[in-house]
Amino acid sequence: MNGIHDLGGRHGMGPIDIDPEQPIFHAEWERRMFGMFILAFAGGHFNIDQFRSAIEQMQPSRYLESDYYEHWLHSLETWCIKNGSLTEEEIDQRMKKLAEGAP
Amino acid sequence: MSKDHDHDYQPSDISLRVKAVESLLVEKGLIDREAIDRLVDAYENKIGPHNGARVVARAWCDPEFKKRLLADGTKAIAELGYTGIQGEDMVVVEHTANIHNMVVCTLCSCYPWPTLGLPPNWYKAAPYRSRAVIDPRGVLKEFGVDIPESTEVRVWDSNAELRYLVLPSRPEGTEKLSESDLAKLVTRDSMIGVGLPKTSA
Repeated sequence: MNGIHDLGGRHGMGPIDIDPEQPIFHAEWERRMFGMFILAFAGGHFNIDQFRSAIEQMQPSRYLESDYYEHWLHSLETWCIKNGSLTEEEIDQRMKKLAEGAP
Repeated sequence: MSKDHDHDYQPSDISLRVKAVESLLVEKGLIDREAIDRLVDAYENKIGPHNGARVVARAWCDPEFKKRLLADGTKAIAELGYTGIQGEDMVVVEHTANIHNMVVCTLCSCYPWPTLGLPPNWYKAAPYRSRAVIDPRGVLKEFGVDIPESTEVRVWDSNAELRYLVLPSRPEGTEKLSESDLAKLVTRDSMIGVGLPKTSA
């Protein structure tokens, strides 16, 4: 698929942020997302091609503007919703509960 | 664009959203919280470029190993115990007097996890991915590596199946160093091809 992810050869993406001190993970949610990806992958919720395919079908402006691990969340949700492990509604409800201080 | 799954949350919600997804998947018994902890610990603290550095140092010291490494990267790297996810099909590319290699994943972030760990952020970001294939010398300059015009620069675009590891040249004047001291000279960037090994520890 010739989508927004196909970045090779594009101009205008700016300078490379070469910071040797950059950590592997910038925030706790990135750690959790990384671990969930491996476990969901190992658990057969998607294969690697499916995982990438969902990322490649992200809305292009969103793809460029969002964090790397946000792409992963998008894909994990896409497949877990497709296979019935999660629903959009329960994610929304759980977010509300957590925002209200539920453990 | 399909509209079936829109994700119209705000970026500030991302941490909360990940937490919500984790708590739901844990509650349903689909994933285990401690397993996430163990994976994060492994990739944050144990699996990293020091693995690849051992492979390179071995190749510098053992010509027979080097032959096996260039012939079948996956198999030779497994001799040192580095196998598994995102390293299933490894190709090792060697610098020569006339060839400099560098690795990119233009489509995403494919990277040899067992030997290098998780990729640095610039490797996953648009500027490097877009430019490495049209202006490799310019990119190398940004990393402080000046490759003479007479040297060919080969850019290897990784994919979901196949991962590359650069075998840099052994620095001059290191003939007396042991394999483990040599490994200390091998940087992550030198195995991606955007850096050169250190010349002294």
